[in-house]
Amino acid sequence: MRSPISAVVLLLAIVSAPAANAIDNWPTPPATTAPPAQISGPLQGGTADHTKFKQLQGPFTSGPEVTQACLGCHTETGKHFMENIHWTWSYQDPDTGQQLGKRYLINNFCTNSRGNEGMCAQCHAGYGWKDETFDFSDERKIDCLVCHETTGTYYKTPNSEGSPACSVMFEGKPPIDWAAVAQSVDLPRRANCGTCHFNGGGGDNVKHGDLSSALKAPPRSLDVHMGEDGLNFACTACHITNKHVWAGSRYHVVSKDTQGTGKPGQRTDVATCESCHGLAPHPVESLAGFKLNDHVQSIACQTCHIPEFARGGVATIVDWDWRTSGKTKNGEGYHEHNYIQGNGDHRYTYKSIKGDFTYAEKVIPEYDWFDGQMVYTTIDTKFDPQADFIEINGFDGSRDDDRSRIWPFKRMHTWQPYDKGNGTLVYTHLWGEDDAAYWGNYDMGAAIAKGMADFGLDYSGDYGFIETISWWPITHMVAPKEDALACGDCHVPTNSRLASVEGVYLPGRDHNRWLDIIGTLIVAGTLAGIIIHGLVRFFSPKSKREQQG
Amino acid sequence: MSTQRVKIFSLFERFWHWAQMLLIVGLLITGFGLHGFHDLFNFKDAVTLHTSFALALLLLWIFSIFWLFTTRTWRHFIPTITGMWGVLRFYSYGIFKGERHPYRKAYWRKHNPLQALAYLMLKIVLFPAIWITGLAYLFYFAWRDIPDATQWLHGVALVHTAAAFAILTFILVHVYMLTTGHSFRDHVIPMITGFDEVDLSPEEEAYLRQDQPADIR
Repeated sequence: MRSPISAVVLLLAIVSAPAANAIDNWPTPPATTAPPAQISGPLQGGTADHTKFKQLQGPFTSGPEVTQACLGCHTETGKHFMENIHWTWSYQDPDTGQQLGKRYLINNFCTNSRGNEGMCAQCHAGYGWKDETFDFSDERKIDCLVCHETTGTYYKTPNSEGSPACSVMFEGKPPIDWAAVAQSVDLPRRANCGTCHFNGGGGDNVKHGDLSSALKAPPRSLDVHMGEDGLNFACTACHITNKHVWAGSRYHVVSKDTQGTGKPGQRTDVATCESCHGLAPHPVESLAGFKLNDHVQSIACQTCHIPEFARGGVATIVDWDWRTSGKTKNGEGYHEHNYIQGNGDHRYTYKSIKGDFTYAEKVIPEYDWFDGQMVYTTIDTKFDPQADFIEINGFDGSRDDDRSRIWPFKRMHTWQPYDKGNGTLVYTHLWGEDDAAYWGNYDMGAAIAKGMADFGLDYSGDYGFIETISWWPITHMVAPKEDALACGDCHVPTNSRLASVEGVYLPGRDHNRWLDIIGTLIVAGTLAGIIIHGLVRFFSPKSKREQQG
Repeated sequence: MSTQRVKIFSLFERFWHWAQMLLIVGLLITGFGLHGFHDLFNFKDAVTLHTSFALALLLLWIFSIFWLFTTRTWRHFIPTITGMWGVLRFYSYGIFKGERHPYRKAYWRKHNPLQALAYLMLKIVLFPAIWITGLAYLFYFAWRDIPDATQWLHGVALVHTAAAFAILTFILVHVYMLTTGHSFRDHVIPMITGFDEVDLSPEEEAYLRQDQPADIR
């Protein structure tokens, strides 16, 4: 290896090795015995009119019958669908190993679906999940219609009866014309996804803050992508689907996309802004555009482009107090609605079954460094029972971490029941026909005892209420660019949007107090010195020249 | 030795001075706005103006440095002790007595010793401090991933701001000085017309009258 030629060869090998790795699938990989499936572009336009299908003429008497008709042609869909989170309600975090998913988690709204599936699993994309006996391997239980029907007449009711005090809410609905809804199927529209996602937490926009019924037919000013007078995107325009698995996840957040658009047809695995807009999204036609493209390194797109959430006239709940739940009038639960939101609708501010709510609209998010990894307080997490508050989903991030960016969040604050003796959150038995179900009986102790016992969980018998915080990354209700934050919203000494964000030097926000004081004193002192010097000169004997002048 | 009206500031030097004056005033106004001292401009406009002025000033400085060295006029800024005491004494005492300024401009020494030292410090300390830190901040995107980048940026900002305060102080004194000695007008006119009264040796006068008659009146 001493010869110059071998040295050059070695050098070339070193230089070319990373370059070769940088280009996917190049050089052309060797032929395999079974070549991979050919790649097609996204489906557009459709090829079939479902109203003409004999299989969909009916008569049908229930949802599962329609599902069977669907699966008759869409032979693989059942297998695909049963893999996705809308069916499993289960997600194991690959990095923390935590068992997540609606089926297991505790939130700080209605607290837990576990044990309350009779009510909560109305939003399971299936039929009949009311308890642990539900068969997750039976594809006939899949609910195709909730996502695909487009008449708007389809609805679901709780899978179990519940307390009479509650079940009365679901009576008297018009019967469903099954053949009509079956023939109306199409790609999911915003209203389909919104059936559940706009109503998370028990009502319109209660949970997310950036997902409300206002997005069914939004103007461009509410969401620049979904606006009917703009691009009119359905949810799946960004949440791209592959075998009924969707891109974009709150459990697995890509806080900083470093790949951008990729090659044409690639990047169907993420719903990031960058997967369409690239890594330098601002046109470099000015110095500001160039500077904004630098910001992409540290600032999530959402931070500037979603100046406020819960816009569009629908409020979100920011504070929930379970301590006041259970009050009755003449032995019966009641509710108050003392909040009128932007679109004129009245919202509940108190419900016996849930406690007190505080609403907010046009909310300025909280901002912090976020590395994309949420760590949940689950039913298994032990904590100090004397803690001031518990984060339902805590997160980390910093300027020094290359996955982190500054993100906007909705902060949800709740007083909710917990096991004071053991220092754990609790499963509360809210929905049921029995005497322990909180909704109808209003005995929190009994509801927790049953909610825990049903799953073999240790309960000390001593419950209290603890403050909990949950963090909701804000990513919808993207405003048109003219409504995005201006530089001065953050780069300002007082009331900066990023006032609490640490680890950066933010010009305009940050100062060295002593330098400013000393600098100002020196400038002021110089001026004072000049004035004194000038005055002394003025009152001193004049020179000949000046006297002559 | 005779006092003559001689062109001591060439057209380029006058352009340099006044362009530099405008740019520095613009930089100070926009800079202290960015720092949060006033709201005359929104942040985006202030950044755009500040950066544009800074780049223009850097270009001007590149030309001026080239000028200084090719025309040998850099020698005006060589520091000297000779005559310094007289000038210091004048500003702190003699000026109040109505004395005449002790310094006489020479053809190859158009600044008094205090002036020369002050301008030299401006050129080799304050200006480099502000443009090096300014460029460092402008190119932050290129070094943002080095270890402790934000701490370094803190330091860069500190030096940049301190230099800005110092330059503002310099300007205040610089403008006030124009009122001393002769009238304010007598001090400003040479930087407009280029001509000022200079003590010339007979050889210098003879040279100018023979070879550069336009530069002497």
